[in-house]
Amino acid sequence: MGDMIKMVVVLTVLSAFSGGLLAAIRDNTKEQIEVQQLTFVKGPAIREIFKEAGNDPISDRFKLQDGDQERGFFVGVYDGNPKGVALETYGKGYGGDVGLMVGIDTETDKIIRVSVTTHSETPGLGSKAKEDPAFVQQFQGLSLQDTIAVTKDGGQVNSISGATITSRAVANAAAKASDVYKRLKPEIIENAKSIAK
Amino acid sequence: MAKTLVQEFTKGLWNEIPPFRLVLGLCPVLAVTKSVESGIGMGLATTFVLVCSNILVSLLRKVIPPKVRIACFIIIIATFVTVVELVMQAFAYPLFLTLGIFIPLIVVNCIVLGRSEAFASKNNLVRSTADGLGIGTGFTLSLGALGGVRELLGYGTLLGKDIMPASFEPFTIAIEAPGAFICLGLMLCIMNLIGSK
Repeated sequence: MGDMIKMVVVLTVLSAFSGGLLAAIRDNTKEQIEVQQLTFVKGPAIREIFKEAGNDPISDRFKLQDGDQERGFFVGVYDGNPKGVALETYGKGYGGDVGLMVGIDTETDKIIRVSVTTHSETPGLGSKAKEDPAFVQQFQGLSLQDTIAVTKDGGQVNSISGATITSRAVANAAAKASDVYKRLKPEIIENAKSIAK
Repeated sequence: MAKTLVQEFTKGLWNEIPPFRLVLGLCPVLAVTKSVESGIGMGLATTFVLVCSNILVSLLRKVIPPKVRIACFIIIIATFVTVVELVMQAFAYPLFLTLGIFIPLIVVNCIVLGRSEAFASKNNLVRSTADGLGIGTGFTLSLGALGGVRELLGYGTLLGKDIMPASFEPFTIAIEAPGAFICLGLMLCIMNLIGSK
């Protein structure tokens, strides 16, 4: 009996200690990790989306409260006009969440470009969503008035062959971005303007 | 039986050098040795986990009940692996992207658990530290060496620098999965040749 109690106590204390340590380290590295992700993962995607913009969209960013979630937005300035806004959304893929950066033209409500940021899809199949530019190019110029979906679901985006779930995840992420944008549009435009000044 | 501290350290460098003599922990050895840099990065991460878990296991060896010792070891190891993962994300993001899934997989690397079980749970703090350092250094050197051979043959570079003559045609197979086995086999063969004299 005493043996039993000792086992439980040791395991509990050890787990609690481990949990506490990890929580502390996570708290302390969180900001630094965000910076690193901005530079190495989101950065290239954002630059790709705002290729023609004249500013540095990574430093021109703001955050907005969306329900109980905080979302980051990046601003692309075209000839002094801050009409490009990019945000990241996630869709459920085959191997976990697929992150998608979606750039939106606030004047025409059309998608400028999209770019996959993070994913853990099957190499050679789902990973084409990130590697094959032909797939994400299909999103270019899509209007947010229409529903964004893959052709199988009655939309306008052709799936990557062999990777329907990944394709659907990307389309869902784009649709989510569209929802968020429509919901927060007035605030987004206001914030984008104040940043560009 | 009683080895000196120096012997505890140096055994990891030759007599018990993990991938070549014990032929243990081959999963990361084969997977991440595409270049010197990723090999050494993986080696250092494993060394850190080895030393820390050896220290803690050795300190707690009289407290941990024998019946749940493996569970305790795994908690300790998993904690340090997560620490490495977070710190690497915060300060060496590109390396984190290269090593990817193999960082969390250090948890199940049999070398780490093996040293806890076979050595640290039976020896005092100083000896366990020396053991962890020795095995870790041996592991890092092996990964670096194997990475060097594969990078040299596969890309004609070393640490990213071109060192082979321009006429050198890279053996692409060296950086593919079968190349890992072939290079490892050849290195084992050379080590056995030297060792048998």
